[in-house]
Amino acid sequence: MGNCKFMNKRVSLLVLIITIILYSIQACNTATEKAEVRIPDKVSYNFDIRPILSDKCFSCHGPDGNKREAGLRLDNEESAYKALKENPGAHALVPGKPELSEVFLRVSTKDTAIMMPPPSSNLKLSSNEIKLIKKWIDQGAKYETHWSFVKPKKAPLPESEDPDWVKNEIDYFILNKLEQKGLTPNPEAQKEYLLKRLSLDLTGLPPELDLMDAFLADNSPEAYEKLVDQLLKSPAYGEKMALHWLDVARYADSHGFQDDSYRSQWPWRDWVIYSFNRNLPYDKFITYQLAGDLIPNATKEQILATGFNRNHKITEEGGVVDEEYRVSYVIDRTNTFSKSLIGVTLECAQCHDHKYDPFSQKNYYQLYSFFNNVKEVGIESTVGGPETYAKKPMIEISNDEVNKILKFINKQDTNKLIVSVMGDRDTLRKTFILDRGAYDAPGAEVNAGTPESILAFDPKFPKNRLGLAQWLFDKRNPLTSRVFVNQLWQEIFGRGIVKTSGDFGMQGELPTHPELLDWLAVDFMNNGWNMKRLVKQMVMSATYRQSAVISPEKLKADPENVFLSRAPRYRIKAELVRDLVLSSSGLLVKTIGGPSVKPYQPPGLWENASSGRGILRNYKQDHSADLYRRGMYTFIKRTVPPPVMGIFDASNRDQCEVNRLKTNTPLQALIMMNDPTVLEASRVLAAKLDGEPIEAKEKVIRAFRLIVCRKPSEKEIDVLTSYYSDQLNIFKKQKNRAESLLSIGEYPLPQNLNKSSVAAWMQVISALYNLEETITKT
Amino acid sequence: MQKDFLEHGLNFNRRRFLSRLSLGLGSAALGSLLVPDLFSGDSADSGFVPGLPHFAPKAKRVIYLFQNGAPSQLELFDYKPKLRDLAGQDLPSSVRGMQRLTGMTANQKSFPMVGSFANFKQYGESRNWISDMLPYTAKVVDDICIIRSMHTEAINHDPALTFFQTGAQQGNRPSMGSWLSYGLGSENKNLPSFTVLLSRGKGNSQGVYSKLWASGFLDSIHQGVQFSSGDDPVLYLNDPDGMNKFERRKFLDQISKINQLSYEEFGDPEISTKIQQYEMAYRMQTAVPEIMDLSKEPDDIIKLYGTDSMTPGTFAANCLLARKLSENGVRFVQLYHQGWDHHGNLPTEIASQAKDVDQASAALITDLKQRGLLDETLVIWGGEFGRTNYSQGNWTAENYGRDHHPRCFSIWMAGGGIKPGISYGETDDLGYNIVKDPVHVHDFQATILNQLGLDHEKLIFKHLGRRYRLTDVSGKVINDILA
Repeated sequence: MGNCKFMNKRVSLLVLIITIILYSIQACNTATEKAEVRIPDKVSYNFDIRPILSDKCFSCHGPDGNKREAGLRLDNEESAYKALKENPGAHALVPGKPELSEVFLRVSTKDTAIMMPPPSSNLKLSSNEIKLIKKWIDQGAKYETHWSFVKPKKAPLPESEDPDWVKNEIDYFILNKLEQKGLTPNPEAQKEYLLKRLSLDLTGLPPELDLMDAFLADNSPEAYEKLVDQLLKSPAYGEKMALHWLDVARYADSHGFQDDSYRSQWPWRDWVIYSFNRNLPYDKFITYQLAGDLIPNATKEQILATGFNRNHKITEEGGVVDEEYRVSYVIDRTNTFSKSLIGVTLECAQCHDHKYDPFSQKNYYQLYSFFNNVKEVGIESTVGGPETYAKKPMIEISNDEVNKILKFINKQDTNKLIVSVMGDRDTLRKTFILDRGAYDAPGAEVNAGTPESILAFDPKFPKNRLGLAQWLFDKRNPLTSRVFVNQLWQEIFGRGIVKTSGDFGMQGELPTHPELLDWLAVDFMNNGWNMKRLVKQMVMSATYRQSAVISPEKLKADPENVFLSRAPRYRIKAELVRDLVLSSSGLLVKTIGGPSVKPYQPPGLWENASSGRGILRNYKQDHSADLYRRGMYTFIKRTVPPPVMGIFDASNRDQCEVNRLKTNTPLQALIMMNDPTVLEASRVLAAKLDGEPIEAKEKVIRAFRLIVCRKPSEKEIDVLTSYYSDQLNIFKKQKNRAESLLSIGEYPLPQNLNKSSVAAWMQVISALYNLEETITKT
Repeated sequence: MQKDFLEHGLNFNRRRFLSRLSLGLGSAALGSLLVPDLFSGDSADSGFVPGLPHFAPKAKRVIYLFQNGAPSQLELFDYKPKLRDLAGQDLPSSVRGMQRLTGMTANQKSFPMVGSFANFKQYGESRNWISDMLPYTAKVVDDICIIRSMHTEAINHDPALTFFQTGAQQGNRPSMGSWLSYGLGSENKNLPSFTVLLSRGKGNSQGVYSKLWASGFLDSIHQGVQFSSGDDPVLYLNDPDGMNKFERRKFLDQISKINQLSYEEFGDPEISTKIQQYEMAYRMQTAVPEIMDLSKEPDDIIKLYGTDSMTPGTFAANCLLARKLSENGVRFVQLYHQGWDHHGNLPTEIASQAKDVDQASAALITDLKQRGLLDETLVIWGGEFGRTNYSQGNWTAENYGRDHHPRCFSIWMAGGGIKPGISYGETDDLGYNIVKDPVHVHDFQATILNQLGLDHEKLIFKHLGRRYRLTDVSGKVINDILA
């Protein structure tokens, strides 16, 4: 026995030493930021080499023919293996022979006269990168097609050592990677956290008390799934999903340039919400938006959907050159299409061949050609009356239509309602390659087409936007499904499987879980592009249901949580911060859609920035119900977007955006402390709470549950009840202060209040709104 | 290696900083949480990566007096007596060349040249020409460098402003102040590194808008913070009536206690950051009103800037405020003064605009100089393009208008290592084309960065696969104007 114990001690000592060594190695790795990463046994062109070549070499030796140095092209093997133009005795790459390959010799030399990349470029390869290149050449310098341009295939599910943890296919892939990295998943989160997370992700709203109680009480194995289904049916689901889409579609309520006057594009936004709620399949959702007007016997709804391509900024500045702006609109559509729907930075090829990806300038203008035939002008009118609220081509929506066929449009009055939509000319407008992207420098004429490197345009498709939609949803298109699946993953997990959700090209980040992305992409296509199904798949996974606790070990091993050994934990979006405040206080008005509203805003912002023209020169704040609408309905004047939204990283809707930043700044703290919206909500909830016939402690619990969405701990209760008592004593003595606080906001104050007590509760509730956890998905 | 630092920039710093925090290395080493000062020598000490600036800076801070709407160079800085002689004659098409015109004059049948109603004189030791619209500026002529050969690409306000501020006419790119905040951080831990002040004259106005001081793809901590003259100098800064400083402190202590409990539960470094951000907000609540309070300025200062400086929201008050902000370490103070878009009625409007800005602009130079701050503060004065040498619409010698002109215009720079008392660049006798030393907007931006110790080709941020910089793909430092 004794011996055994001794052995044990020795073993534990050994384990300890090994742990310390491993730990130090890891610490060392973190410190030198990947400098000493292990060289893989088999070097992969796609995953190891292309990122280096693309980032450091392609800008001079890549697809852009005009800027190519020494006639050398390293982005395809045929030219890279050829004898060098300037030195026919030498070769850039000799498979198997790094010592004969100029690429290796030049990147590894110390001689600055021949060094690559040249010192003047400010670029340099790390020693690790040089080793990788050497090994790759040693192993035959084999090229591969860029991963995202190859049609996705469903790989077999990886084996797992912990089948009990796995809940669906997603988990096999996640767990497999975790095992490779020596990480284990977190246990499932507590029910209250899960509920808040799910409710925010599926509806953008915090759960209400009765839902919390019902879910906590339901101990059946199906409880979670029932909850998911219930939330997916909520009309707020469509609003939540639309939030991301409005960024993609650069939706706003003003025209965007200079005087930046009003536009009435909101019926298009109502259509987006409606479409998510009735679960229109993704292929139809996009086809209607791209080409609804070209569908045979197009319905009014399908034409309305094409407003997507007219959400871009339109000038009303007198004195502009018409064609310059018309061209800029076509460019905006082309860039939006490529960034959001196929995840490539085609916009780089507007002025020259793409420097990294295999897209020529010709490719750009071929795609541009699809959007170049609209019956539009650069400047239709300067700032003016209702006739300028949409620009041709446009549709008028009558009250009759709203009552009969377009019931989803929340039109409350009988005023004329016009919306900008797509509509093509009868004769084709010729498209030319524009030299340096300049509207007045047309070069060779081109026809509509798509980049061959992604998928050649099938001649059986019509050469118009409808054909482009067919190309997009051709099962051979390698990008469409991947790009959308990735965006949705990003919205739910906080970070895409491809982190650069707008760039699946050579310079984009590689997928962290390529097989998972492909599996989901194929599955999504094979199941009729069913968006609700895909959302459900993600939130049903064990990966999603993990707790968000970050152990110091995991923080060290994977600070950005790339491998998902814990649930992501991050601050919710700008609009949802507002929704949470209004909803938990009971102020939220749940009306869906309609014209955007103007809630409280600090005075002078529009006035100071305005030229004095147009109906948006003054901010005319709304009253009563319109003060309490969801954040997504806050009026967006593009040149002066709502400040609270901007400070919480919302898009200013200037251009298509597929990913918001998530910052944490003192200005956000000031908003939560002093924005009248938050203070008013605190006041209203305080008055309600004070009237309840329950003990102070119970009131704290009630408020905490409404706002933080869980029951407080004893310690938390202590802090808050003593704060309440303290404030109550003070307000009893300082009635004026209580009076001032209770006068914030327009919502009427009930009669016969105990003002000191309500003011004290208001402070407590305001503190709750200011907690980090409150506006965080945990 | 420096390259890597640049690319990671503050994101990298922040990550490192957060991981230090998580290791319990704690708040003593934090310094500013708004944006750390990457300029000061102790940056390595506080855990931030050294590597910026790229070389020894001449200037530490910038004050940019943007004259929004495009002031006419022909009435202020670019003396063209010949235009008076040729008044009424059509601008020869050989001079106009291929210049594209705005829609406002594109259909005009003729382009009658018109000389300036204003008179010019030479001033100071430099004998630089300045119009009698700017008597105070004339007095500091030996402290400023007038560039008469600026040119730009845009012919309309929106793209031209955007071009000046972000280096590109279209698109959501970071503003110049955001780039500097990103590259250099803040010197003051209680104030933002990039602040914006707005004012408006009586002349024909064009809008300014918050997108001009947006941070684009950079972290939103680098966006410009608008300081206004109203009750709330920074949005949401003031506590509501009924809340006082003592109670705010107590309030913060309560939320901090509970946030601390969350931190213990979740171990998320963002929670610690949040606690610190609330402390920063609390400090701003004191620091900003102190800065905004001009009531304690002595009489001689008020006299220097003019009595307008006592009226909040005027250009003069904003100049005085700019000095205070800059003095307190705000890296980039951006003023916009609206009202310079004089398509018609130019003589009356420009006289009133010039009167609005002349004394205070000059006072700022004098004031910085007497405080010994001019050497380290770069002051810039100018608009987004110039104005045509021909009249828009009908004209008389006393009343005319001028359209937008991108081919030449004048700005001035002072302090921050710029040669004082010189002029740079020349235009032809008709004031239409540049004949010597053209300065493109990107050259101008490259020069500003250079004075702050930044190489415009190295201050980059990689976004969606492309390395972006303020000067886009061109720009060279104008070495001839450097002291």
